[in-house]
Amino acid sequence: MAACWSCSGTVDRDGLFCESCGALQPPRLADHFARLGVPAAFDIAVPALERRYFELQRRIHPDRFAARLPNEREYSQQHAANLNDALQTLKSPVRRAEYLLALKGRPMRGSGQETVDDEEILVHAMEMREALAEAATPAAADAVVADARGQAERVTKELVTAFAANDLAGAARLTLRLKYLDKFVEDARERRRP
Amino acid sequence: MSLLQIHEPGQTPLPHAKKSIAVGIDLGTTNSLVAVSENNKPLVLRDAQGRGLVPSAVLYQAGSMHVGEVARAALQDHPERVVVSIKRLMGRGAEDVMRVADQLQYELDTSSGGMVRVKVGGRVLTPVEISGHILEELRGRAERTLNREVRQAVITVPAHFDDGARTATKDAAKLAGLQVLRLVNEPTAAALAYGLDKGAQGTYAVYDLGGGTFDVSVLRLEMGVFQVLATGGHVQLGGDDFDRAVAEHFLIDRTRMFGAEKLTSPDIRRAMAVARQAREHLTEHETGSWPLDLAGRLTWHSLDQATLNALIAPKVEQTIAIARGVLADAKLDAAELNGIVLVGGATRTPLVRRRVAEFFGRPPLTDIDPDEVVALGAALQAEALTRGSDALLLDVTPLSLGLETMGGLVEKVVPRNTPIPVSLAQEFTTYQDGQTAMAIHVLQGERELVSENRSLARFELHGIPPMTAGAARIRVLFSVDADGLLTVSAEEITTGTRQQVAVKPSYGLSDSEMAEMLRASIEHAKDDMTERLLREARVDAERLLLAIDGALRADGDLLADGERREIDRQMQELRRVMAGTDRTPILDGVDALNTATETFAARRMDRGIQQALAGVSVSALADRLVAGEGTRPPGAAK
Repeated sequence: MAACWSCSGTVDRDGLFCESCGALQPPRLADHFARLGVPAAFDIAVPALERRYFELQRRIHPDRFAARLPNEREYSQQHAANLNDALQTLKSPVRRAEYLLALKGRPMRGSGQETVDDEEILVHAMEMREALAEAATPAAADAVVADARGQAERVTKELVTAFAANDLAGAARLTLRLKYLDKFVEDARERRRP
Repeated sequence: MSLLQIHEPGQTPLPHAKKSIAVGIDLGTTNSLVAVSENNKPLVLRDAQGRGLVPSAVLYQAGSMHVGEVARAALQDHPERVVVSIKRLMGRGAEDVMRVADQLQYELDTSSGGMVRVKVGGRVLTPVEISGHILEELRGRAERTLNREVRQAVITVPAHFDDGARTATKDAAKLAGLQVLRLVNEPTAAALAYGLDKGAQGTYAVYDLGGGTFDVSVLRLEMGVFQVLATGGHVQLGGDDFDRAVAEHFLIDRTRMFGAEKLTSPDIRRAMAVARQAREHLTEHETGSWPLDLAGRLTWHSLDQATLNALIAPKVEQTIAIARGVLADAKLDAAELNGIVLVGGATRTPLVRRRVAEFFGRPPLTDIDPDEVVALGAALQAEALTRGSDALLLDVTPLSLGLETMGGLVEKVVPRNTPIPVSLAQEFTTYQDGQTAMAIHVLQGERELVSENRSLARFELHGIPPMTAGAARIRVLFSVDADGLLTVSAEEITTGTRQQVAVKPSYGLSDSEMAEMLRASIEHAKDDMTERLLREARVDAERLLLAIDGALRADGDLLADGERREIDRQMQELRRVMAGTDRTPILDGVDALNTATETFAARRMDRGIQQALAGVSVSALADRLVAGEGTRPPGAAK
């Protein structure tokens, strides 16, 4: 661990504060999982993640440093922005999966594999959209959306398995499916807005 | 005595300078408040009459200005000298204002381009200066009440106030000598007031209908952290719109009686003031009637609650539709909320309370005065930021932030309701072979087309190495700080060429304009004081001259020719210096004349006594004294 910028003392386990002088340290942690203190895996509990996020925000939020040195204020701004980005990324299964794939050296965009799957997934998505458009009553529409939600849950479970087995190609395919399902549920919700 | 004071070593005694304190300010469209919190107990600061609300009205007169009740009262007789609802113009450019010009009751000066200016009482002022005057009054009230110096404040703003309006608010505070510790969204402040008082946990909606703005926010309170889940609103929707509907109703009555009337903007302001009285009265009463004295004709107008409800229903429904959208953004149903908090004077309106209760499926919380709850929350936050506290406030961006791309479209970089502070980057590329510069146009809003969003800033990134179209990689970074203020930087990745702007809206104040205003406000304060002292000196001199004139007419025979000539000369000299703008020769002249007439005054006193002894009637003497008194100019008596 690097030494404190202010007194060259030892920096604490979280990499946030100096154990000797208490000064806030510049952000050093490499990724969102490390920032929120969880292992870099797909299977994480969101409530625990949020608790950890609140705990850390309480310690490093810029409001805590309103009366401190300019560089500490700057660091707290960076820490808080990183934490916000980390929580937003890891909270959503799709974004968490995408982020994890990128960390493991298999980013989603630009690989040929998904284009083939795209067509499969597109056809499926179009079928669901037709089902939604054809739903005669609000209850029927809700049923279509509920079905999509059920599918999303199943895909999320499959993602856990795929990541656990380090099957990155499979995980990438599942991530894309989940992305389409999420978008479908979101659009359906949007449509119900007056 | 000071020799007897003994201090502990290392302690510096400051017997008179009490520590300065940070306050919370609710800078409202219609009313403003200042509050302070100690030991987590917030308190609204009141005047001698117990009033916490300071009307956000400023009366501008030659050489003086008044904020608050006096200014609002003057609205009836001198509407052209009073500015109200200035918050609606905060951070607005001339173009924006033109769009809502028919709703505005000010005389505007848009000739100078950029920021809009208001013509009032012979002055031309920016909304920032006028808001600064209101803040100065609030700071003064706090300093007088607390007998402590006030230099720092938490100021609340509507949740979806855009970047321009936030910057303008900070600038106004600077003019008023206040350092802004934090701009806090009004709904968040309200939840803070409720949450800390009651230790509430759960998800709450805050419905805030003020004089000119509407906001609704969904917040989650957990482990002492306030997290804004979603927020939305309308910057031009509030109690003023209710008043306008009522005023129009009254004016239509008059049109029926007199045909179309030609009304001036002061007339309309007067009608608005009467409409406001009517609306407030109908909160507690079923019906009433009010006089309207416009264009030399007095008419009476009656209104009952049912008619009022019909008049304001469209505006109330608009707020409900916005609330529905915000709940959808928060991915919540009304039933999942733990409570509804009401904020803003307009939420006293019975129709508003009924519709809110119907929509959210439960009666709203009203334990804390809806007019005071925001200021109380701001005070708590001010204490938290200066003294430390366990509570933490995590806010979100109220509107999406993005860039203009080809074809006049907006590419969103920071979506609305993103937790702040935040730094998000996006990569763009060139669209022409050999392109070496790129125009960065920063926008705020939810619409797809550039023209329908708010333009925040423009700058250019130069020095891109010539490449084929699409080869360059331009990384644009948006950083929003905890106050919701934006900085944008752009970098060409292969060469590291970098440009950065702190977003200052094009219609805002530049730093140099700001500096100029600060300088001017300090100098004007001095000018105003000099002017007042000069006037006082002139009044004193005038009073002395009139008294001597009267005495010379009555008892001029008591003086020898030489004495008389000397007094005449001194009087002439005093009249001459009085015409000037220098106060010192006037004061000298008054002294000299007093000295020159001492003997004369003594002789007159002797004669008076002799005459009294000689049997002159007391009543005649009294008459003479009264005549002497009567020569004084009105208002100059001390």
